[in-house]
Amino acid sequence: MTDLTNLTLEAALGGMAKGEFSSVELTQAHIDACQAGAKLNAFITDTHELALEQAKASDARRAKGEAGLLEGAPLGVKDLFCTEGVKTCAASKILGDFTPTYESSVTANMKADGMVMLGKLNLDEFAMGSSNETSAYGPVINPWRKDEDLVPGGSSGGSAAAVAADMCLGATATDTGGSIRQPASFTGTVGIKPTYGRCSRWGTVAFASSLDQAGPIAKTVKDAAILLESMAGYDAKDSTSLNIDVPKWSESCGKSVKGLRIGIPKEYSIDGMPAEIQSLWDKGIAWMKDAGAEIVPITLPHTKYALPAYYVVAPAEASSNLARYDGMRYGLRVDGVDLNDTYDRTRTEGFGKEVRRRIMIGTYVLSAGYYDAYYLRAQKVRTRIVEDFENAWQTCDAILTPTAPSAPFAVGRKVNDPVQMYLNDIFTVTTNLAGLPGISVPAGLNEDGLPLGLQIIGKALDEDTVFAAASALEKAAGFSAKPEKWWV
Amino acid sequence: MSDPVGAVSAEDVKKIARLSRLHVEADRLQPLADDLNGILGWIEQLNEVDVEGVEPMTSAVDMSAPMRKDEISDGGKRDEILKNAPKKDDGFFVVPRSVE
Repeated sequence: MTDLTNLTLEAALGGMAKGEFSSVELTQAHIDACQAGAKLNAFITDTHELALEQAKASDARRAKGEAGLLEGAPLGVKDLFCTEGVKTCAASKILGDFTPTYESSVTANMKADGMVMLGKLNLDEFAMGSSNETSAYGPVINPWRKDEDLVPGGSSGGSAAAVAADMCLGATATDTGGSIRQPASFTGTVGIKPTYGRCSRWGTVAFASSLDQAGPIAKTVKDAAILLESMAGYDAKDSTSLNIDVPKWSESCGKSVKGLRIGIPKEYSIDGMPAEIQSLWDKGIAWMKDAGAEIVPITLPHTKYALPAYYVVAPAEASSNLARYDGMRYGLRVDGVDLNDTYDRTRTEGFGKEVRRRIMIGTYVLSAGYYDAYYLRAQKVRTRIVEDFENAWQTCDAILTPTAPSAPFAVGRKVNDPVQMYLNDIFTVTTNLAGLPGISVPAGLNEDGLPLGLQIIGKALDEDTVFAAASALEKAAGFSAKPEKWWV
Repeated sequence: MSDPVGAVSAEDVKKIARLSRLHVEADRLQPLADDLNGILGWIEQLNEVDVEGVEPMTSAVDMSAPMRKDEISDGGKRDEILKNAPKKDDGFFVVPRSVE
């Protein structure tokens, strides 16, 4: 039998439907791959026994003709989604061994569709980071390697590494400033952040509530569409959840892009951009043109203000969201001499350095006398960024950009320079601020043989066009490279 | 100290830390102030944007706030709520003394 871990999600679902193999066989093959890949540190918590039980139950359902959309597919779940009875810690010491008694709405949807869960995937602590190095459980190592260990990007680094290393058929992830798309670009995988409100935030550990949005990381554009169909949907428990139907996005994959107007924003040609990123972008433009799309130069004049606005809004919301970690009701408690001392000790020992830094920036920008100057101004700049996109949609239907300003970098390289680290999100963060869908598609390898991604940004709720344009890119790029399995 | 006007001082860091319920060692106050000033200095560029008459952004997709009936729809989960408590006794959270 061929190695079942080489399959795409689509092919694996097809194989099970035809009876070529069972979910138990498929799941066991992935468990073996997870065990062989322990060195990558992609998982915080393994749930292999549970996965085999779920696989058995799935095979039984399929035998009765009750197969769901993800029936029997072994997948990974970012450890930011609460999972009933399985430790959920957001890669932070402050949550200790927190074991939810409830299930996040996103993973509940996937379980109802037949998901088999292999475990909880590593991430930057509370999803705050672009390299997976802020995790209290150690950095994830990118399956792609060049002489030294490289980061898989972040914050969904575990999700991206596990998919790239064929340890799972796909994974859930979340994106607040680029945390799905940048790791996808760094690992040669596909990652989509849908329109804000498509996926319920209920039961997902909160970072910055007006920006956080769940989405999948997958091996192909179509796999990403299948996963998102399962993850998305209205949920009364999240007041920002959109009460609209979930389209069959998988049917948009492969649709013709003839006549589609693709915008190229001049502001994304930033100073000091590596030549390999510019040349990949140029290739992407040529591919879209060959596929029949019309290329339109556009301008998004407030692009340079997106990152600084993000680094006001995100820490402000984080400082508020993370106030709940007080050591009283769940997670870590470090006893002090009195209540205030206990709060201080618990939070100081429980949160890592980057999280503490962001809480303090957030507290500062929200403090008396500074709210208008920072938070309110940043929210107004956000409106300007939305206006930029609205103007652009007058002349184009989707936008093509690079996903990240570089190829994956070495572990430890940027960890001491926060602003340098923040620049990783320069091309992705605008869509979070504006709430728009964005996808990263693997488009080529650089001279060092490392993957690079291109991004398609779409109008709000127009994931259909995003998937169509992304599959055109995918087809033209013909990206089939795989990392050498040095970790086995 | 000759900090520029508006820059965060070691004393400010102490105050922010207290508001954040975080402890910062005395010898870490100034390095942290330098860190924050680096980030805030970079954020200062937002002052270049003309935001005169601009409404702050509230949502990505136009939608009205959903309304629901004000009625109890969930509850009776004391044991579940207490399940992850660091200290509990007889159906209650146990917390440090807060009044003398």
